[in-house]
Amino acid sequence: MLNYFIRRLLGAIPTLFTIIAVSFMLVHAAPGGPFDKERKVPASVEAKLIEKYHLDEPLPQQFARYIGDLMQGDFGPSFKYPDRSVSELIAAGFPTSLLLGSCAISLALLLGVFLGIWAALRQNSWIDYLCVGSAMLGIAIPNYVFAPLMTLVFGLLLGWLPVNGWGEPRHMVLPILALAIPQVAAITRLTRASMLEVLGSNFVRTARAKGLPEAVTLTRHAIRAAMLPVVSYLGPAVAYVVTGSVIIEEIFRIPGIGRYFVLGAINRDYTMVLGVTVVFGALIILCNLIADLCYGLLDPKVRYD
Amino acid sequence: MTTPVLQVSDLTTTFWTPEGDVHAVSDVSFHIDRGETLGIVGESGSGKSQIFMSVMGLLARNGRASGSVRVTGEEILGVPLNRLNQVRGARMSMIFQDPMTSLNPYLTVRRQMTEVLMTHRGMNESAAAKAAIDMLDRVQIPEAGRRIGMYPHEFSGGMRQRVMIAMALLCGPELLIADEPTTALDVTVQAQILDLLMQLKRDTGMAIALITHDLGVIAGLADRVMVMYGGRVVEEASARDTFKRPQHPYTEGLLKSMPRLDEHGVKRLETIGGQPPNLQDLPGGCTFHPRCRYAVARCAVERPLLRQTDTGRAKACHLDHLGDVA
Repeated sequence: MLNYFIRRLLGAIPTLFTIIAVSFMLVHAAPGGPFDKERKVPASVEAKLIEKYHLDEPLPQQFARYIGDLMQGDFGPSFKYPDRSVSELIAAGFPTSLLLGSCAISLALLLGVFLGIWAALRQNSWIDYLCVGSAMLGIAIPNYVFAPLMTLVFGLLLGWLPVNGWGEPRHMVLPILALAIPQVAAITRLTRASMLEVLGSNFVRTARAKGLPEAVTLTRHAIRAAMLPVVSYLGPAVAYVVTGSVIIEEIFRIPGIGRYFVLGAINRDYTMVLGVTVVFGALIILCNLIADLCYGLLDPKVRYD
Repeated sequence: MTTPVLQVSDLTTTFWTPEGDVHAVSDVSFHIDRGETLGIVGESGSGKSQIFMSVMGLLARNGRASGSVRVTGEEILGVPLNRLNQVRGARMSMIFQDPMTSLNPYLTVRRQMTEVLMTHRGMNESAAAKAAIDMLDRVQIPEAGRRIGMYPHEFSGGMRQRVMIAMALLCGPELLIADEPTTALDVTVQAQILDLLMQLKRDTGMAIALITHDLGVIAGLADRVMVMYGGRVVEEASARDTFKRPQHPYTEGLLKSMPRLDEHGVKRLETIGGQPPNLQDLPGGCTFHPRCRYAVARCAVERPLLRQTDTGRAKACHLDHLGDVA
């Protein structure tokens, strides 16, 4: 298993390299540059800046320089915040984004699994229809529509929660909800479908034929088996939450790395955008790996060799 | 007379479907005595499996059973689930057609066996594991002590059916329901499993309900045979009588459509014409009459009731002798 883990980590290197190479080309292909402003700086100053950040070199050389720095753990200087490095900015914002994301995923998992199982056990009842119906809404409506709607209702009309700000738990409620809702919906639907399939399976029939208490049949035999597709979904779910947080952080003014990503893209802050992309990419690869390992713990047929 | 192990009376099993109610089992009554093997024969959709799904409380969600099912005198149809759970798996067990999917793929054989004893006998884990290993030995699984820690996918089909049988016998049931136990297995393995069932029956004295569409299986194992057609019992007799002197045209047709090795000459295999009946649209009168070579006018209008013809024999047919018309 350790062997498998190491092999998967090594396999992630070409993936990450591709992500970096494509992002590098894309940000540099975008029109404009980091020092184009409405108020022009004197030409001599701009030339100095360009030279300082090696923007005068050919792209392949810049790319090689960037990769070289990255290998030493250096994301380079920020073009927009000259006194701070990208590493520092990511270190400052990442814990916030991580907290937000893990809260949202945990909430989505708990609520989604609960609702999915409940709906499956009450198939074709009003509870089932309600769960499935709201899940459809949750999937169909993007979170950048939900977020302002919730702000309007709970923040402005009812006045229960602050519309933005950061630092207290009550500031986290709306952003976490906005991030979690599409995932709650997806996990509810997935759990329900998988649970229904397992409840109709032969081995659950065997468990019942053995006279086990229904609670044991459900927990030990049915739910455990029904969780497998949910576990495989968690890898991609993290990706959705991470990319979703870029928008949510912007809407709620949360100082996470998602906001830096948006600002970096607008300002052509090349190193900032690339740095955040690398961190997001690594996070998604890691979460997929963890999900695969968990899957192996649940399903004895999976072997790591 | 002693109380039968299983007494089923007026059992009717109905499934609600969007197209309307389907009566999979209609007014079926029978019993199984202590130590007796009853063979239940019929084609797909004849209701033979659904009788025992009703008995075990394993009907699909849209199914409902009415009537009475008594296990050594105790009513178990329509009782609360926890009451039923004290009977099934303990006094009455069931094994299924498909051993590949009937075991839980995510739990070790050990867990799936010990949970039965821990639930019904209140044993602790280690005592239950010991009893489980003994039982695996009895169903001739080699190296039972080692293999009990394995998962079902590490066993072959025949071995899995042995595990299922061992699991069903853990609590020493009075009745074992075997729903086509060999249909999914290789022919050689089929024979081994049937031998094992016979041997276990002799050793334990339990009664067996053997559901199958394979008359060969019945011939070797059953004491008595019940033939099902369209959700009803059409003939009931001792195994010997069923094979020697079938009294119902359907039974006769089934026997004639079996290939035989002991007949000389090249003869075309007989078949029963037509299709198995659609349970949603059963023919009026005798449900078998559209396919029956002996059918008379009366068969299309009046449904024959199951009537006693000899001691221990019954059939649902208007004709007294099959030779009458033909």
